[in-house]
Amino acid sequence: MTDTTPLMVLAVFLASAVRYSMPLLVGTLGETVTERSGHLNLGVEGMMLMGGAAGFVTAIRTDSLVLSLLAAMGGAIAGALFYAVLTVTFRANQVVTGLALTLFGAGVANTVGKGAVHASTPPHIQAFFAWQPLRPDLSAIESVPVLGPAAVFLRTVLLEYNIYVYMAVLLAVVLSLLLHRTRLGLHLRVVGENPASADASGIRVAATRYGAILVGGALCGLAGLYLPLVHNGTWVENITGGRGWIVVALVIFVRWSPLRAMLGALLFGALEIIGFKLQGFPQLAGNPLFSQYIIGMYPYIITVIVLVANSARKKGGWRGPGALGLPYFREER
Amino acid sequence: MLRIARKEDMTGLRAVGVRIAAVLLALLASGLLILAMGYDPREVVRVMWSGMRTLKALASMIRIAIPLAMAALAVSIAFTMKFWNIGAEGQILMGAFAATAISSVLPEGTPGALRILLMALAGLAGGALWALPPALFRAAFRTNETLLTLMFNYIAIRWVEYLRCQLWKDPAAMGFPQIAPIPESAHLPQLLGVHIGWILVLVLAFLQWVFLRRTKKGFEVRVVGESEKTARYAGMTVGRVLLFGVLLSGALAGLTGMVKLNGTAFVLAERLAGGDGFTAIIIAWLSNLSAPVILVVAFLFAAMKQGAGWMEGLAGIPSALADTVQGLILFFALGSEFFIRYRIILESRHRTERKEAHP
Repeated sequence: MTDTTPLMVLAVFLASAVRYSMPLLVGTLGETVTERSGHLNLGVEGMMLMGGAAGFVTAIRTDSLVLSLLAAMGGAIAGALFYAVLTVTFRANQVVTGLALTLFGAGVANTVGKGAVHASTPPHIQAFFAWQPLRPDLSAIESVPVLGPAAVFLRTVLLEYNIYVYMAVLLAVVLSLLLHRTRLGLHLRVVGENPASADASGIRVAATRYGAILVGGALCGLAGLYLPLVHNGTWVENITGGRGWIVVALVIFVRWSPLRAMLGALLFGALEIIGFKLQGFPQLAGNPLFSQYIIGMYPYIITVIVLVANSARKKGGWRGPGALGLPYFREER
Repeated sequence: MLRIARKEDMTGLRAVGVRIAAVLLALLASGLLILAMGYDPREVVRVMWSGMRTLKALASMIRIAIPLAMAALAVSIAFTMKFWNIGAEGQILMGAFAATAISSVLPEGTPGALRILLMALAGLAGGALWALPPALFRAAFRTNETLLTLMFNYIAIRWVEYLRCQLWKDPAAMGFPQIAPIPESAHLPQLLGVHIGWILVLVLAFLQWVFLRRTKKGFEVRVVGESEKTARYAGMTVGRVLLFGVLLSGALAGLTGMVKLNGTAFVLAERLAGGDGFTAIIIAWLSNLSAPVILVVAFLFAAMKQGAGWMEGLAGIPSALADTVQGLILFFALGSEFFIRYRIILESRHRTERKEAHP
């Protein structure tokens, strides 16, 4: 069986969509946690860049994956901390603070990353991310008709990923359980929905929000690290290339759900590569709807439609965290 | 117990003092950060200054400041209504797109002045139309305008990229993906070494100030910003005022795109806005939405951008450092608002405070 049969082309496409979706998924999980607490942090792009630069530079300096992961989280948390202090404690405007964080984060990351532009991921870290822990050996049944190709198809789509992919999926499931099945998740949701009643029932609003913003930042840092360390193998200026904004769109598209985030990220990841793939089909060349640039718009157009449809619902439907974007004044409730 | 209350009587002078202190603290923090990243802050200041003190540099700074100030004036109208229009970037691009489209259908012999006038009108229309859907959805369904205008930015960017690489790709550019430049007759005339956009900015700043402070419509815009309830109580149609203000904001941003196109860029590309729409938000915010202050702050931002370019070229210091410093100044300014608006009281008795929407 070769990679040119239609089935295998599809399998390879789906698998690369999964790989492309990784920074989107992990970033979306992070921003979902933050937004569920009622804070709209538009600094995702900045935090991803800070985490990516800090983690990658640490990787090439120390040759240690653990330190690199810690640095990525630490770098992004530092950015998130600015945002948390300003918006939670000082009640600053969330939109402007988020934009400031993007500006600041890009500045720091591109300055720090300057020295790493020609460096590449250390060999043993490369090897670690080339490792496919779940890949089974199918040589025994590969030649069996029907069963063989089906097994290879499933393996390509599901089991040929590095450990980052499985960890991200696990994270989505864990976060979903945490949000909906634990007291901590309930507190987080109440704080984002109605901080005054959360406060009245003894939940510590500010502390919960700090926690959510910093955890969100840490995840954005890990999302940012994926790009230089795993995906590209090197650092380039503004390596995220707008993915932070796609994340902001995705959180709305999946309506603040960690489980749906997997599907949403997969769709947006597929849209990211489908434009290039379609260039191989000359019969589509004249059709603007299949132009890679127009396809690049689709994530944003889809998000606009979801946003509008969401807000046009009749009363009773959930429109997202009730207190999203609003500062909380205990003194003025 | 520690308690925070809204301040009602912060005098203008003290507010200015707090803001200046914030900027000074931000510069101190920037110096420390630059040091931590392995560069000498004194060297940074020296090199930046060397890139600013010539007359030529001054002209260049003014050229950079023009679109920043115009876009900041644009967003500040929407911000006055608490409509968080962060879509100036896209509105700038769509203004430039509309101007390019008009220019391309005009006959070759069209007089320059007429062409420029029509392109300016197209720019106004393009920006306004791009701001229209978010305004409509906000007025109809209360759809979050921050997120909508944000998405519209990226749709506009991809659209112009599509034009550049496919639909409007200039055959004369020898395979290079580029849109045909606008004719030379459409270039804005120069006055004192800079294109006349600088006069336009001064006029617009004045008009915007007059509009918001001295006209009925401007008053309505401000009341809607203060409190939609009050506006409704006073018999205003909030939706209509909102729509008007946002269209005006978008139109000004669109005109900014046309001025950038006809003043400095001369060719439409998705990089034309170049982040000015986002920087404008920061400038408008730092200026407390006041038109005269916007002019000053936009110039300071332009100076920093100019100096940063020199830094990179002359001393090999990454120009991204300037973004870091701008971000820090903004962080400190945002933090300082708290000390202007609230006072911290040490007491145990609870007192109710006037409820008021917070921007």
